[in-house]
Amino acid sequence: MMFLNAIDPAVLDWSRAQFALTAGYHWLFVPLTLGLSVVMAIMETIYYRTGDEFWKTTAKFWQKLFGINFAIGVATGLILEFQFGTNWSNYSWFVGDIFGAPLAIEGILAFFMESTFIAVMFFGWNKVSRGFHLASTWLTGMGATLSAWWILVANSWMQHPIGMDFNPDTVRNEMMDFFAVAFQPFAVHKFFHTVSSAWLLGAVFVVGVSCWYLLRNRNVKMATQSIKVAAITGLISTAITAFTGDQSGIDIARHQPMKLAAAEGLIDGSKQAPFSIVPGVEVPGVLSILATHDLDGYVPGINCILYNGYTDPNGNQVEPATAKMEKGKMALAAFKEYRRTRDSQPEKAQAALAKFQENKAYFGYGYIQKPEDLIPPIALTYWPFRIMVFSAGVLGLVLLLLWWFERKGQLLRHRWLLHAGMWSVLLAYLASQSGWIVAEVGRQPWAIQDLLPVNAAVSKLSVTSVQTTFFLFLIIFTALLIAEIRIMTNAIRKHVQE
Amino acid sequence: MTASIRNAIRFYVEGFKSMTWGRTLWLIILIKLFVMFGILRVFFFQPTLKGSPEDKQLQVATELANP
Repeated sequence: MMFLNAIDPAVLDWSRAQFALTAGYHWLFVPLTLGLSVVMAIMETIYYRTGDEFWKTTAKFWQKLFGINFAIGVATGLILEFQFGTNWSNYSWFVGDIFGAPLAIEGILAFFMESTFIAVMFFGWNKVSRGFHLASTWLTGMGATLSAWWILVANSWMQHPIGMDFNPDTVRNEMMDFFAVAFQPFAVHKFFHTVSSAWLLGAVFVVGVSCWYLLRNRNVKMATQSIKVAAITGLISTAITAFTGDQSGIDIARHQPMKLAAAEGLIDGSKQAPFSIVPGVEVPGVLSILATHDLDGYVPGINCILYNGYTDPNGNQVEPATAKMEKGKMALAAFKEYRRTRDSQPEKAQAALAKFQENKAYFGYGYIQKPEDLIPPIALTYWPFRIMVFSAGVLGLVLLLLWWFERKGQLLRHRWLLHAGMWSVLLAYLASQSGWIVAEVGRQPWAIQDLLPVNAAVSKLSVTSVQTTFFLFLIIFTALLIAEIRIMTNAIRKHVQE
Repeated sequence: MTASIRNAIRFYVEGFKSMTWGRTLWLIILIKLFVMFGILRVFFFQPTLKGSPEDKQLQVATELANP
């Protein structure tokens, strides 16, 4: 491939690393914004219902921490959009309005909603009615959540492209069904899984800070009551995260079987497939249940997907990747032929177009050199999945114990639990980041599943320019993170509940 | 109508004036936006595809269709 081979593989690696770095840092700020917005809104609701000033000052404290995180994190996601235009120009053009529409809605509707009501939330105490203030607090969180919705719709479309048609004349995907794009089950499950995991992280953050106060015997009432609210919020979020995670697992088994196989290190498929806890320790049948909700459900392994083919849960025969690659090459050749002849030889062009339409579902496979290139990095998919699930389990247990001992009035007696609650914050971030690593590393080599691999999506740039911006971002984001931690810890340290 | 607008402006002005720790955060936001849009966007993140939509289409098609 003359043109694509002209791309230095190092450019691809650095562009991917840069995107991963930016997305990873961005995702440090976002889940705390989403999570804290719920906890602080619940606390303000209690104030609204009871009129107790204690809850007002408590809600204001958590709003202050929310404000710090919001200010430091705001607009960090825009850098990802810079990268689309510069580092991933083929991709940006290829996705057309499919990606642009959700992002535009996110920018116009959700961001403005969020930024309008956040002003009322911070400036409006004692200036607007309690009801209006409470509504503003909830709407601030809702705006942030709606932002997340549209971003996750765009991301889900990349994982399971639907509701569009590729136009070989414009070389763009054109939206045919907005509702299919916006409300496909893949997006719905991903949204609820991601957002509920962010609520969990926010709840754990509140618990962690509160435990820090209790370990120092400071702000005891505020800390204890905050733990009570956050533990319940966190436990409910854990349950939603687990349920939606299960649904997402089914989606992945259906639409991204290679990701599932990599996340399980499953080389050969089988019925009653075992779930690997760690290498060498397996629970029989559990993977089949998780992937198909059926103990006898067949889960394809890497070899089936690449070389042998398999029968999916609906009884359809799925071709191996080797056959898809053949069709992909035919689609690519037909695309080229159509582009070459469309102005000069209409009959040849029509024949090429028909051939292209016949095989376009496999277009991306035309860029795959060998079947093994379709295997994502297994260790980087397998281990983060386990870290995510294990961490979520530990977080659920810690929250349950904190809730239980708070109810019994014995929280201060169990200092080990307070330490566990405090350190859980790190575990929540680890789980949150791991989830995205599974989602994004697991779908490699695809930028858009089956349609465009990353080697075709990337721009032809010099390695030095991508390296330069990589390190620039590393410095900027690290500086922002340090600023966040310093300002946040100062605010926590200095807080004295009235 | 005018009174409403005046009230809204006063609401924001008083809000900004009464900020304490918020001033530092606004400073960080402004520096960040300047770095992003005044430096990174201008000097490091120029769109790779240039020209009219037809030119861009041709550039991408050439890259994708020429094995």
